Amino acid sequence: MSFSTRLHREGIGWALPVLVIAGWEAASRAGVMPANVLPAPSAVAEAFWRLTLSGELIRNIGVSTARALAGFAIGGSIGFALGLANGLSRLSRGLTDTTLQMIRNIPHLALIPLVILWFGIDEEAKLFLVALGVFFPIYVNTLLGIQSVDPQLVEMGRVYGMDRRALFFRVILPGALPAIFVGLRYALGIMWLTLIVAETISASSGLGYMAMQAREFLLIDVVVLSILIYALLGKLADSLARLLERLSLGWHPAFQNA
Amino acid sequence: MPAASLAAVRSFVATPPALPAEQFIERPRAFAFKGVGKNFGDKVVLDGIDLEVPVGQFVAVIGKSGCGKSTLLRLLAGLDRPTAGSLTFRAEEKRGGEEQDHSRTRFMFQEPRLLPWASVVKNVEVGLTGIASGTDARQRALDMLAEVGLADRADEWPSVLSGGQKQRVALARALVGHPRILALDEPLGALDALTRIEMQQLLERIWLAQKFTAVLVTHDVAEAVALADRVVVISAGKIALDLDVPVQRPRRRGSAELARLEGTILDRLFG
Ligand SMILES: Nc1ncnc2c1ncn2[C@@H]1O[C@H](COP(=O)(O)OP(=O)(O)OP(=O)(O)O)[C@@H](O)[C@H]1O
Ligand SMILES: [Mg+2]
Repeated sequence: MSFSTRLHREGIGWALPVLVIAGWEAASRAGVMPANVLPAPSAVAEAFWRLTLSGELIRNIGVSTARALAGFAIGGSIGFALGLANGLSRLSRGLTDTTLQMIRNIPHLALIPLVILWFGIDEEAKLFLVALGVFFPIYVNTLLGIQSVDPQLVEMGRVYGMDRRALFFRVILPGALPAIFVGLRYALGIMWLTLIVAETISASSGLGYMAMQAREFLLIDVVVLSILIYALLGKLADSLARLLERLSLGWHPAFQNA
Repeated sequence: MPAASLAAVRSFVATPPALPAEQFIERPRAFAFKGVGKNFGDKVVLDGIDLEVPVGQFVAVIGKSGCGKSTLLRLLAGLDRPTAGSLTFRAEEKRGGEEQDHSRTRFMFQEPRLLPWASVVKNVEVGLTGIASGTDARQRALDMLAEVGLADRADEWPSVLSGGQKQRVALARALVGHPRILALDEPLGALDALTRIEMQQLLERIWLAQKFTAVLVTHDVAEAVALADRVVVISAGKIALDLDVPVQRPRRRGSAELARLEGTILDRLFG
């Protein structure tokens, strides 16, 4: 697909948000939308500019992103490792899967009171919640991916003399990759969601903290700005995951003419 | 019993001057089944199979669905172990004698079983696992692809190939490592009639050039007599008929000679 057609298609996706913002601005200017309910987009842009100049915005985005990534790295790598282990070894699956499925049924945000008791409002609390939230989608989809690898291909690999290592890297992992990507994208969504909630409840820096501070001082433009930035960060993470997916699943019929 | 039926069939079939079977009399055995049996639980699938195949012979195995043809082939390829009897292969020249080593046996499945995430040439390179790697492997894979007429598709994904082309890639993968024995489990079963004949000719051509020992399981009696030096019919877990196909190559499809052999086999299958 050429660059211009891609631009065209992406352009269509952006038409609606632009229209909504234009309507919103018009409604604010006409006084239909009171500024203490929802500030005009231009006011939000002004807040953006003010906080960028003061450096506050960049610092908070940095803090939140670092938290998100650290939590993701911890929860994601444990989930991936356990998914692999349980997909490859019956013994490991027998030992841990039932327990994990039981824990999975607890919404991880329900643990917030407990987590605050354990960790206070320190960094660990947020890392723990994000890691826990990210763990399950990665674990479940990695396991599912490995279990759904075509056994006929595995048998073929054996007949052609692949050792366990070759079998894993050339047959099992590539076969599980589409499902792993589903888990990854799902986990990225949960990562931001968890972080917003955790930062809103207990933090002394970060985007969620910035929003809560602004609420206390009735700076509604900053509150709206924080929400928009969360949305943009979420979209950015998802786009990165999609790009990675397109690059590594080029063989998949679903990506061949996408 | 196989010997008796063999004698009966030989007297029945008109014999041209050079019996292909006689070409093999002096050749060493590629492999031998000795009283091989296979049960799955209580179910007896194979029972006392004795089969000696000389090096370079093309054997076709025929039988009704569920008679144990795939099971026989899986034993040959080492995918399963026999529950009775033994299976021996000719050892490497330098060691001499016989051994129980499956590593030079290749298997071609009914489905192509190509890795969807590897390019066509990478799929062929799978056949060189443990034999060659790097640019050497790639070059050998490309040569083999040219052999099966797919040199220009080397860097495409398997998913864009037609069914027949996929099976040709699978054939290239099976043959690129120069196996001693090639086991083929109805590899052409899913192809349309014309592609089938094309593939049969391709298989015969490569077999004549590489001179491996071939064991082809098929449902198609015409295919068996067109390709094989010898046809083995399996019924009720035993070898019911072991028939030489003493017809010179290249064979003409639909000739009276082949048709007569076909009749003999069909009589045995349904008689
Ligand atoms: N792993 C297994 N466990 C139990 N039974 C099996 C197994 N594999 C094969 N069988 C049984 O052994 C018998 C022979 O199977 P096999 O696949 O060898 O038949 P086949 O001759 O290849 O048939 P077809 O022509 O339909 O492919 C069948 O009754 C089948 O159900
Ligand atoms: Mg079969």
